[in-house]
Amino acid sequence: MTYEPKNLRVVGTRPIRHDGADKVTGRANYASDFTLPGMLWGRVLRSPHAHTRVISINTDKARALPGVKAVITGADLTLPPPGITQAGESAINTQHLAKNLLARDKVFYDGHPVAAVAAISEAIAQQALGLIEVVYEVLPHVIDVDEAMRDDAPLLHDDLFTEGVEPKPEKPSNIAKRIFVGKGDIAKGFAEADIVIERSFTTKAVHQGYIEPQGVVANYAEDGQAMVWCSSQGQFLIRDLCITMLGMEASSLKVIPAEIGGGFGGKTTVYLEPLALMLSKAAGRPVKLTMTRGEVLRATGPHSGSSMTAKIGAMKDGTITTAEVVIKFQAGAFPGSPVGAAVMFCSAPYDIPNLSITGYDVVVNIPKIHAYRAPGAPNGAFAFETVLDELARELKMDPIDFRAKNSAVEGSKSPYGPTHGPIGGIECLSSAKNHPHYKANLGPNQGRGVASGFWINIGGQSAATVVVNRDGTISLVEGCPDIGGTRASLAMMCAEVLGIVAEKVRPSIVDTTAIAFNDVTGGSRVTFATGIAVVQATEDAVRQMRERAAKMWDIEVDQVGWRDGAAQELNGNRSLTISQIAQKAAKTGGQIMGHASINAHGAGPSLTTHLCDVEVDRETGKITILRYTTFQDAGKAVHPSYVEGQMQGGAAQGIGWALNEEYIHDAQGRLENAGFLDYRMPVASDLPMIDAVIIEVPNPNHPFGVRGVGEAPIVPPLAAIANAIYDATGVRMRDLPFSPPKVLAALEAAGKAKANG
Amino acid sequence: MQYQSPASIDEAVAALASIGGACVLAGGTDLLVQLRSGTASRAAVIDVKNIAALRAIAETADGFRIGAAVCGADITEHAALVAAWPGVAEAAGLIGSTQIQGRASLGGNVCNASPAADTTPALIAARAVAEIVGPNGKRSIPVEQIATGPGKTSLASGEIVVSFLLPTRPARSADAYLRLIPRTEMDIAVAGAGVNLTLGEDGTIADARVAIGAVAPTALVLDAAPGILVGTKLDEATLATLAEAAGAAARPIDDKRGTIDYRRKVVGVLAKRAALIAYGRAKGAR
Ligand SMILES: Cc1cc2nc3c(=O)[nH]c(=O)nc-3n(C[C@H](O)[C@H](O)[C@H](O)COP(=O)(O)OP(=O)(O)OC[C@H]3O[C@@H](n4cnc5c(N)ncnc54)[C@H](O)[C@@H]3O)c2cc1C
Repeated sequence: MTYEPKNLRVVGTRPIRHDGADKVTGRANYASDFTLPGMLWGRVLRSPHAHTRVISINTDKARALPGVKAVITGADLTLPPPGITQAGESAINTQHLAKNLLARDKVFYDGHPVAAVAAISEAIAQQALGLIEVVYEVLPHVIDVDEAMRDDAPLLHDDLFTEGVEPKPEKPSNIAKRIFVGKGDIAKGFAEADIVIERSFTTKAVHQGYIEPQGVVANYAEDGQAMVWCSSQGQFLIRDLCITMLGMEASSLKVIPAEIGGGFGGKTTVYLEPLALMLSKAAGRPVKLTMTRGEVLRATGPHSGSSMTAKIGAMKDGTITTAEVVIKFQAGAFPGSPVGAAVMFCSAPYDIPNLSITGYDVVVNIPKIHAYRAPGAPNGAFAFETVLDELARELKMDPIDFRAKNSAVEGSKSPYGPTHGPIGGIECLSSAKNHPHYKANLGPNQGRGVASGFWINIGGQSAATVVVNRDGTISLVEGCPDIGGTRASLAMMCAEVLGIVAEKVRPSIVDTTAIAFNDVTGGSRVTFATGIAVVQATEDAVRQMRERAAKMWDIEVDQVGWRDGAAQELNGNRSLTISQIAQKAAKTGGQIMGHASINAHGAGPSLTTHLCDVEVDRETGKITILRYTTFQDAGKAVHPSYVEGQMQGGAAQGIGWALNEEYIHDAQGRLENAGFLDYRMPVASDLPMIDAVIIEVPNPNHPFGVRGVGEAPIVPPLAAIANAIYDATGVRMRDLPFSPPKVLAALEAAGKAKANG
Repeated sequence: MQYQSPASIDEAVAALASIGGACVLAGGTDLLVQLRSGTASRAAVIDVKNIAALRAIAETADGFRIGAAVCGADITEHAALVAAWPGVAEAAGLIGSTQIQGRASLGGNVCNASPAADTTPALIAARAVAEIVGPNGKRSIPVEQIATGPGKTSLASGEIVVSFLLPTRPARSADAYLRLIPRTEMDIAVAGAGVNLTLGEDGTIADARVAIGAVAPTALVLDAAPGILVGTKLDEATLATLAEAAGAAARPIDDKRGTIDYRRKVVGVLAKRAALIAYGRAKGAR
């Protein structure tokens, strides 16, 4: 399949986003902005221990406190039947979810909810938490992934037997699953290689760090009908998880999407919504629950810490013959880390004949891991791309040339199975090589790093409705929360098909009763998949408008064309604008509304290459990012500003992950840095302007060539920075984060080794 | 919780003395955070921001007098003060961010008694004196005598720091403050060092005072500093000795922000670098 170039007038321009004014003026309503008459305030009691048995919970005193209207514990949440709910890139096990929402017989992490209350004020709710008596039997805990895999590690679940190994183990362990991707013959590949480099790497758990904490208002009425206002990456997912937890019918719960203050994958599950519904049901009043930042960090999905070994062989001419990689991921309290993506994609920018990549999904005493932007891929790329840098140096090859020589191209078979269509790996590399950044001079203690990244992107189910208003404006109705400028890009695609300006199309993201089911905003899928739905819905509206024009002119519809926002008579010069057609709609068959509901396939993968310059303070170990440029294949950038925004944002998050972000636990397994002071995300002044160079290798499966761009940019920074540090200092950093004390220790160790050696 | 906003020092002292569990509120950038997170609770807060004496910067015959509730932005925008005490000003200017700068005060920074408070080492190096008023009248003490441990001060109940006096200084004097944080702002010092120097006509150091922060329960005066620095022109060897002395004087802890070893090394590096900056400034100073 090939993409046919189109003459585009709206797609590729930079109109002001439709939600921009609301956001910069503070008018946009986020989850906790909602208030209802008679509303109660909820609070959640959380375990202060990392791993315990729950012996008993006594809520009598809390219930007796005046002003307390409802108290719930795990005993109030009936375990749903076993099942899996698909949530974009992750799959949610409904029984694990129930056990995560409210601990039952066991607590698996510091911050695990054990009870929740609703009261007439926040202060009373808080006071009531202190009156709940929980008897814990504290158990030994384990957090480090390598330790959790040992035979003598504290066992989290005594019914967990490793999947994916033969024969099936007889003993339970913390290893939930073994995953394998391979091809060719690695022994042969290593034999063919002139050099082989094997290195081990570790990374710590990190958080998505969205600025808006989770929040919800729920109202459960006496007749069993309920409403939820919350900020999420998918109102339909929230609905489906809530009705599963509460045993409700889909039509009984309306989930109203609030504006969202960041999600990055972390808002593709529920933490508070079912609790708020249960409390509201018990109290007979609306209930509001919001998290503090501490609760967000202690109890919502961080991303896996990991331990990895990558062994890669190459021939003198730079051909990579083989790679053998082992990747172990923290899954958190319940199975289901994104280790599979690390396994499938760490080598995916390249076409390597012999591969053996093994992943382990390991439960540990931290919150259940949840999706974080290109879930799993940055970890794998950190290991893989750092070893590639070492190989390039050994081979005395330019790191970009080395990558280009081994790049996957159209027709290469991907490590995870399918054969690639058109992909932009080579284009990113050559654009990077020719960029002034790559040729700029570096000063003392400065270094440059290169790394590439791959993300598969997904399609999925999306629906859109195009309502034609009498004045010729368009109401675009869609169901995917806007976390990256998708309102603008969807409206632009609608405007492109209609031949009008984007400002005439007003997009809105509606509740679960106002449109068909949509998959979550995740997997970089919305501009691609919902974009296709929007284009089809708009084409449907155009077809109807042509029919109406044909009726009005009393000619056959095939005699009516469409251009520049108007029906055009093909064999004449009459034309009718959208508003002229819409004003007559009542007489020509009723109001005009186009619709499409699809399951999109063929999301093209996005490839990216990053260049990073750092300066290392050799006396303090502090790293400064001097210059950063990202090159990424967007297929087609519908609104280039928001593509650049994604590229910059992903790079910024990756830089934070590389430099300072990490979960730090004390000896009891409690999170020691549950706040933004000590969970160090970068601040604006930490980063240079991140340059974004958009590459466009069109995806033939989208009418305008779009491929998702949101996730790939977080994949390369870890390795790009590690490689830059090496270039500056000659020291390899293989354990994240590269915080000043660790960098200084590594520099000193290298200095000593040199002095002794 | 009660809130009072007296217009005079006497009223404030009276309010503090009469209400059990009352405390001073200046910019609130420490106190409000503590109250909201539940790490502190107070029966009453006495806001001192409406007391003129606490909000003024004055150049007097005794030196610069900075009201204890003057915010960081007012300090860094005061050209004469910045010219005379660039180190104290840069310490005040490091606190938080633009928003925090509109609130955070020297009095709050010193009296909150965090071991990592940024202005405290700079003020100590500057030989700043805290002017205190309490139920028993006035007294003045050197800044290093205020904090006695993390979150603890030598202030008696009802006492308020009214101002800090930075002494008049000879020609060819300047100070500098440096800290290390993993980010560039909105962070807490892993180590800090303030250096205050006066040079002779030929550029030889005639007087020196160094204080270090975040490496002990309180900021420390580096007693060895005058012996190391005075009589030198800050040659390499002197700087190395200074760094070593700072590291040796430190009594740091291992925590999530840094290891003992790291803090010792870095406080030495900061002392050395701050000395170089102060020296350069003093050479250029009138
Ligand atoms: C986002 C953020 C960033 C920060 N960054 C830094 C930083 O980089 N460096 C740093 O050192 N600190 C930092 N801080 C801490 C804080 O801003 C400073 O310590 C600030 O100087 C406190 O001053 P304040 O006027 O706000 O004090 P307040 O919070 O009003 O008071 C602090 C304490 O001092 C007492 N107090 C205040 N004034 C007096 C007085 N005149 N007499 C007696 N007692 C008094 C109060 O009772 C209270 O116990 C930061 C805080 C925040 C929130």
